[in-house]
Amino acid sequence: MSEGTERDLAARVVELVRRVAGPAAQAEVLVTRSDLALTRFANSFIHQNVAETGTTVQLRLHVDGRTAAGGSSRVDPDGLAALVERTRAAARLAPPDPAWPGLTAPAPTPAGRPVDEATAFASPDERAARVRAFVDAVEGLEAAGYCRTSYRSGAFANSAGHSAVGRAAEAAMDGIARAGGADGVARHSADRLADLEGAVLGARAAAKARAATDPIELPPGRYEVVLEPAAVADLLQNLAWYGFNGKRYAERQSFAEPGVAQFDPAVTLVDDPLHASTLPFDLEGTARRALPLVEAGTTRAVAHDRRSGAEVGAGSTGHGMAGGSTFGPIPRNVRLLPADRAADVSVGAAAVGAGVTGAVGDPDTAALVAGVRRGLLVSDFWYTRVLDPKQLVVTGLTRNGVWLVEDGVPTRAVRDFRFTESYPRALGPGRVLGLGRSPVRQPDRSDGSWCEAPTVRLSSWNFTGGASG
Amino acid sequence: MGFDAATAAVQAALDAGARYADARVMHRRYESMSARNGDVEELAQHESIGLGVRALVGSGWGFHAVPELSDAAARDAGRRAAAIATASARVPGPPIDLVPVDAAVASWASDCAVDPLGVPLSDKGDLLVGATATMREHGADLAEGLYQIWDTTKWFVSSEGHRIDQHIRECGGGISATSIGDGETQRRSYPSYRGQYGTTGWELVTSLDLAAHAARIAEESRELLTAPECPAGETDLILGGEQLALQIHESVGHAIELDRILGWEAAFAGTSWLDLARLGSLRYGSELMNVTIDPTIPGALGSFGFDDEGSPAVARDAVREGRWVGVLAGRDSAAVAGLGYGGSVRADGWARLPMVRMTNVGLEPGPHTLDEIIAATDDGVLMDVNRSWSIDDKRLNFQFGCEVGWEVRNGRRGRMLRNPTYTGIGPVFWRSMDMLSSETVAWGTPNCGKGQPGQIGHTGHPAAPARFRGVRVGVRA
Repeated sequence: MSEGTERDLAARVVELVRRVAGPAAQAEVLVTRSDLALTRFANSFIHQNVAETGTTVQLRLHVDGRTAAGGSSRVDPDGLAALVERTRAAARLAPPDPAWPGLTAPAPTPAGRPVDEATAFASPDERAARVRAFVDAVEGLEAAGYCRTSYRSGAFANSAGHSAVGRAAEAAMDGIARAGGADGVARHSADRLADLEGAVLGARAAAKARAATDPIELPPGRYEVVLEPAAVADLLQNLAWYGFNGKRYAERQSFAEPGVAQFDPAVTLVDDPLHASTLPFDLEGTARRALPLVEAGTTRAVAHDRRSGAEVGAGSTGHGMAGGSTFGPIPRNVRLLPADRAADVSVGAAAVGAGVTGAVGDPDTAALVAGVRRGLLVSDFWYTRVLDPKQLVVTGLTRNGVWLVEDGVPTRAVRDFRFTESYPRALGPGRVLGLGRSPVRQPDRSDGSWCEAPTVRLSSWNFTGGASG
Repeated sequence: MGFDAATAAVQAALDAGARYADARVMHRRYESMSARNGDVEELAQHESIGLGVRALVGSGWGFHAVPELSDAAARDAGRRAAAIATASARVPGPPIDLVPVDAAVASWASDCAVDPLGVPLSDKGDLLVGATATMREHGADLAEGLYQIWDTTKWFVSSEGHRIDQHIRECGGGISATSIGDGETQRRSYPSYRGQYGTTGWELVTSLDLAAHAARIAEESRELLTAPECPAGETDLILGGEQLALQIHESVGHAIELDRILGWEAAFAGTSWLDLARLGSLRYGSELMNVTIDPTIPGALGSFGFDDEGSPAVARDAVREGRWVGVLAGRDSAAVAGLGYGGSVRADGWARLPMVRMTNVGLEPGPHTLDEIIAATDDGVLMDVNRSWSIDDKRLNFQFGCEVGWEVRNGRRGRMLRNPTYTGIGPVFWRSMDMLSSETVAWGTPNCGKGQPGQIGHTGHPAAPARFRGVRVGVRA
């Protein structure tokens, strides 16, 4: 199926709606074809290896003042007709929807980045080759992780005459090396599979795993920390979900206060979907674009879809998404801009592994660690959950390596901690002691969603429990 | 049509070199409605049908899924699955066997008195609109209601001769009231956040009587804003059944997943603190702790007739009188571990690989009641309804937050407490359980995440209130 096929399908559904529900019905349709493949390894062999091809049609219909949404994987004429009939019937029975924000008006859509065809349709052998390189690079340690490639081709159409098409491809690799109960991690996503170097990532993970062996247990308490990009990604994801979410903001459940200096001046956050290969429009057909969330410490904006934007008198910021009515519009491509904005390019796989020395895996982290008199170097966070959404108090654990830093040097591996910390407070004014210069793009659990951040040094992090409780 | 496509896919995989193959055709209809502050917020209906085929070539697995059921599409999927399995041999593992299972030819359907998709949308909408309006009238700043329905038909065929079709209907719902104060929010839910679920019909939602609880939880959410903070320290902890269900899910259910124990989830979901060498001898908890793996419980959310590799539903012990005796396994992981049973492998739809998942993992009833437990407690905290959950990658170190707590002093329930949290280490915690109620409910968890690509599992957890001694509570930022 080609981009044109998705466009034809979307147009066909809009026409079906017109026939079934009349010319006054407002319909928006997104057709997405996806080719997703993931090669997964554990105990240093490939144990799960999957691929799927599929097309989904998502329809939202507003008729006679009532709204319903539906979706289907059936794209044959009977399947499309059933989708329209079902959604029409649901809309008829739905209660009035006075807050319906209307359809996206016809407008140009950005082209998006060119798709790397070699990534879009990579073979299982190509993914397996990267796994082979990762496993070889850990030199006898156990290796586990995945190599993923994805391709999406999408077309949007609505009954207001707006349409848009786009394509996206992404590759990601995420792996750990395991040395006697200690794990080290390397994680990276890119627009091109060719930019992922299994050997470099494996070597980095192995070096960190070896440096994480024989950990000591330290008492809980507040420590200065250097957070590597994988850990910083967790901060950005939670800030996005609970803070820069227009629905939660409208419900007064968000900490965000636009115009207020809520963060350290070193913090500039941008939701920047077009920084990577992506469909250049959202579920409602709104063009996706960069949205400054925080500029030099001052909160600037939250994300909106058409409905949440209308509620607060703002427009959509291009964050319409499936489930958005319930969960809210959420930034999914947040970048923490690095210290040296002139060097505002994410590093490739080679740079991810450059300067491998063990606990400190790159020059960027080394520079920040060098300034720490006594603190902790943290690779990754795990299983973070929100205790209080308003203050964004989060509990979670460290994972994949923690080290005690003394006088600028990692001196001992440390057992994992539990922490309980307010994320906005941890990044608050005066709390950010340094940012790295080389952001790394971190893959999320599904393609199209990522965070990009450099290593960050913070003055204080609240560790509330050790490995023993 | 389902059997034809699955059979074609399996045959094509065998023709392409697979020594074993199985295929599932699944047709799923999903409906959800959410309401907010007296209005319907979202009504969504989705339909999905497709085929997933799994092939074993040498010691390598491959899986391919397509949304088409034509003979040509099914055969192509089978060939692709075999090709992917062949590519797996570039990084080969040890030889793979499958523990034997009878090649069942069978049909199974879950019990369902009232077809949830047959209940008029207007009735379902009225239920949520009414309950959320009541919560607003009783002080909630944000009143939310939700129901979800899954209606799944699947056809399974294996190269060993399985031919099984199943029709599984699941549904459930719930309501939540949030009150917003200065710098914090407080939430109360009934019967739990995002609801109670089961493999059953709409009669489950009717039995919850959401409207009858709307005013109470709204008032409690507002009361929580001015309630004293849960004190920090070590104390006796009484958990309500809903919270204990999640405690079981996180610190027992995931820990006994054999794929985690074998390291197959090491990079993502994590491993387990359990060591197979101690299966049968390890003390997991107190003698009150009897945990079963039982997919045969009528109406519980983790119930089925056969799992997604054709093993029949069978009840097994996981923990007996505090001793660890069983695991959740699949046919290949069981063979690696030298065990004789699988039966706990499921896939989240046709496009996902079947993997080890919880079924119904729960506590057998104890000898007490909640009232007796409270009466027997001199100084403690009662907590109920989960608000947050976090546990380490070995399933040892956990911290949970609940929506509400109450002081327990001299055998009586006292003041309401806000922001109750507790933390501990799994086996230490379970060994401290000294009272367990007989008031068991099979709680349903419809949002268990696992796997890469991600899968959402539906699991059941029979649980009742219980008491734990000397637990650290009141952890905060």
